[in-house]
Amino acid sequence: MNLADRTVIVVGGGPSGLSAAATMRNAGIGRVVVVERERQAGGIPRHTDHLGFAIRDLRRVMSGPRYASRLVDIAARSGVELLTETTVTDVSGTGVTLADGTAIHADSVVLATGVRERPRAARLVPGDRPAGVFTTGSIQQLTALHHRQVGRRAVIVGAEHVSFSAMSTLRHGGCETAAMVTSLPRHQTYAVLRMATATRYRVPIHTEVDVAEIVGRRRVEAVILTDGSRITCDTVVFTGDWIPDHELARRCGTGMDRVSRSPAISASFETSRPGVFAIGNLVHPAETADLCALDGRVVAPSVARWLMGGLWPHAVAPLAVEPPIVWAAPTAVGVTLRVAEFVTGRLQASVNETPVWTQRRQRFVPNRAIHISQTVPVGASLSLVRGR
Amino acid sequence: MAHVATDRIEPFDVVVVGAGVVGSAVARLLSHYDLTIALVEAGPDVGTGTSKANTAILHTGFDAPPGSVEARLVARGYALLRDYAPTVGISIEQTGAVLVAWDDEQASTLTTLRNKAQANGYMSAEIIDPVEVYALESHLGPGVTGGMVVPDEHLIDPWSTPIAFATEAVANGCVLLTNAQVVACDSGDEITMLHIVDGRRIAARFVVNAAGLHGDTLHRMFGLDGYTIRPRRGELIVFDKLARPLLQRTILPVPTAHTKGVLVAPTVFGNVMLGPTADDIDDRTATGSTRDGLDGLLAKGRRIIPALIDEEVTAVYAGLRAATEHSDYQVSDDAALRYVGLGGIRSTGLTASMALAEEALARLQSIGLTVVDRETIVSIGLQPLGEATLRPYQTGGRIVCHCERVTADEITAACAAAVPARDFDGLRRRTRALAGRCQGFYCLAEVCALTGWPVDR
Repeated sequence: MNLADRTVIVVGGGPSGLSAAATMRNAGIGRVVVVERERQAGGIPRHTDHLGFAIRDLRRVMSGPRYASRLVDIAARSGVELLTETTVTDVSGTGVTLADGTAIHADSVVLATGVRERPRAARLVPGDRPAGVFTTGSIQQLTALHHRQVGRRAVIVGAEHVSFSAMSTLRHGGCETAAMVTSLPRHQTYAVLRMATATRYRVPIHTEVDVAEIVGRRRVEAVILTDGSRITCDTVVFTGDWIPDHELARRCGTGMDRVSRSPAISASFETSRPGVFAIGNLVHPAETADLCALDGRVVAPSVARWLMGGLWPHAVAPLAVEPPIVWAAPTAVGVTLRVAEFVTGRLQASVNETPVWTQRRQRFVPNRAIHISQTVPVGASLSLVRGR
Repeated sequence: MAHVATDRIEPFDVVVVGAGVVGSAVARLLSHYDLTIALVEAGPDVGTGTSKANTAILHTGFDAPPGSVEARLVARGYALLRDYAPTVGISIEQTGAVLVAWDDEQASTLTTLRNKAQANGYMSAEIIDPVEVYALESHLGPGVTGGMVVPDEHLIDPWSTPIAFATEAVANGCVLLTNAQVVACDSGDEITMLHIVDGRRIAARFVVNAAGLHGDTLHRMFGLDGYTIRPRRGELIVFDKLARPLLQRTILPVPTAHTKGVLVAPTVFGNVMLGPTADDIDDRTATGSTRDGLDGLLAKGRRIIPALIDEEVTAVYAGLRAATEHSDYQVSDDAALRYVGLGGIRSTGLTASMALAEEALARLQSIGLTVVDRETIVSIGLQPLGEATLRPYQTGGRIVCHCERVTADEITAACAAAVPARDFDGLRRRTRALAGRCQGFYCLAEVCALTGWPVDR
């Protein structure tokens, strides 16, 4: 049993996949192949053209594109084989199948396929189907990678961190933001970010409303909100509402979290399929890129243990949660969770309805990552004890 | 695509108005004869009206009213299109269908439906009990009271069908004009002059009206009457490919006089479709989806296949069917006007298209058109888009649209085809690029770069 004789395939060349691959090579695994379907590896940061990357993993501050190419360099220097423009169509614990039917054998597979935003259709937003309807991901690529004009006047659906990032992308591309729309009572980003937009750009946030209808035959002309108001615009950007790219995971039969739609994983990133690990925003949609990269570092020793004859956990199930917690999942630094509403209370872990620990009271914001570092015992359920 | 830049006073032997699935089928058949043909379309592309949003099923016609024109043409069109499709790259798949009854009243109508099928010459429909229904379709919701198997229903690629017809017509000399709405016509003794919206004129010896939703308007321009189109809007929800294992075949409801009802069907692309709704509306351009429509579909879908509603939605469509006050197709001819009308063609028009073309040809001949076989007929081939056949990505092409696995070469080819994609909708229908679960999150920018098109093309 020698790690140097072993092969691991990583599906997805974003921050988590590249970091996992580099760390596994450095741990002595003989062959590590990253399979990336895009022309360039690096994942979402390739087109997230602002600062704030690399803080927790590389301990510095970089822009998304620089961070992406840095991660590629690190992987390459560690001896990782990188296959770009290569699509994996099926996965098992013993390898992958590529689009042209080629099978690559591996002793283990790490899924790092990432996350996307739910587009308009998946949110069942009624109305016409004109041009001018986007997601943050598409406008970032259009402006950062291809320098395209997206529109002149946009409505942003969502008021969380990524929604404000979308606003910044639009502004750089010469498109003003007419309004933000959120179904929640308040925005869900940092107060300082909201303040900046409120004072500098005077972007109103319409709260507790949804988009009732998109109007426009060829190009968007307006959106109508559920309160009846009409906002003239030529662009609508749907932000957040993350859905993991879980298709390969589901096709290979991993157990799933019904709410986050991620493959269920153990604290060591094992899925329910022996030999198949899952990391990054595929398993916690969505966290910042540096945390995904840390997942990659943490999964490496788990994979090595498995390759050296370690045991696979018997049962891998999603972490149990009670409302208003919507889902919780392991990360490299503990557990992350999301809540459905603005709520103040104390987070509690219970086993068989007996509390194991209870946290200090704090305020929880929906659509924002909530990290806990306490150990969540196997079989525990997470709940929120309300109260000020 | 051939274009007529200015007036063409030299008359075409036949001008077909409307390049939906019916008009394109007519143009294709006429192009096999030694005739000059023009196919004139108001929209920007072939198949952008009623043909754009339908349930993508090749019907046996088992439930058509026996003795109707529709029943005859659907049965004939079914056989023609089933045989033609594989020869030109239109994906079809024989999954069969099961018609499901959900209460005792519906169950009691199954015998009537089977008898109707037999009266239509379709003998293979078979009534089965609820246990057998669940054995066929294990994901159906509770409450099934009976069913009828229709083994010969097929799935078909509804977008490639009119494109294949038009491509074959153009390959055989037909002139295709798009963005060319007919706004008026003057019928002379030998020549009919059609006036196009931008001031162009086009002369015809014979005119075939296949104008779909605007068929009655054109009919009246010839001074004819007899039917009025009241669009029937149908909304459709397309679910993610991960939902495909939830059903083996098309799940049909017990039809009513008004509509075939809401069905759940696989698509040749590997998705699952739920719909359509049936709302009679007045606006012939109202192809938007509605909150009530979508919510209603989800409620119906949840009853039919509960697990379906847990799957992600990939796309929502709404289309308008050319419904009239009559239940049957409105097929007519007028010798003095040298005119053939193919009106009131609703959801079965896709299946009936090639038979409607035969019908149009026969009627044209009966009112004085003489036809001579062309010496050579050019055949065409499209890249099949269905999941059942090999796709270009499987033989090494560079994938640009990851959700639908569309290669760069397919996109380039669609833009350079004889009947080319000229906008993103056209590209979607020809290649499936941008039609998948991410709706452009990953590939919109790359597709823009490949085509050179602005984002709102």
